[in-house]
Amino acid sequence: MDIDLIFKIAGLGMLTAVLHTVLNKSGKEEYAQLTTLVGVVIALGMVINLISKLFDNVKALFRLY
Amino acid sequence: MEILKIVGIGIVATIFIVILKNTRPEFALYISLLTGVIIFTMILGELSYVIQTLNTLARRVNIEFSYFSTILKIIGMAYIVEFGAQISRDAGEESIAMKIELGGKVIIMVLAIPILLALMELIIKILP
Repeated sequence: MDIDLIFKIAGLGMLTAVLHTVLNKSGKEEYAQLTTLVGVVIALGMVINLISKLFDNVKALFRLY
Repeated sequence: MEILKIVGIGIVATIFIVILKNTRPEFALYISLLTGVIIFTMILGELSYVIQTLNTLARRVNIEFSYFSTILKIIGMAYIVEFGAQISRDAGEESIAMKIELGGKVIIMVLAIPILLALMELIIKILP
């Protein structure tokens, strides 16, 4: 299974949290916001594939065409 | 042991969500979403076995097949609607969850109308 995706996203979240704090402390607020945005977009790209696969599976199983 | 895997994934994901919730709530949302998808995908294999059994049973007792496939469709739709509504509710959007559920109810109603009509016809036939 793709359980390591959970670990990946958790790691990504912690990394972005640290980056956000560091950039905020050094006074670069706009870069801090930008890093958070990029992190969210990367995580969304990982998740959305799996969701579409899940929906395809459910569609095939219950014959929802 | 499928059940140990499912419970383990749930516990690990819960720990991550608790860690991330204070600093980055959006990643906590992604992790809960992903956990739901993974657990659901694991269950789907078992579910297909149940559906095959139901299928053979329905064929054996000679129910009209369109009714059975309608029921199957309604069950699948209910699963998907529940999944989506639960995710929005986790993210704190109660109103969007309500709208998703409303949409699911309406579409299920539309699917169920042929069965309702058949029932009505049967009642009219029985009555003199």
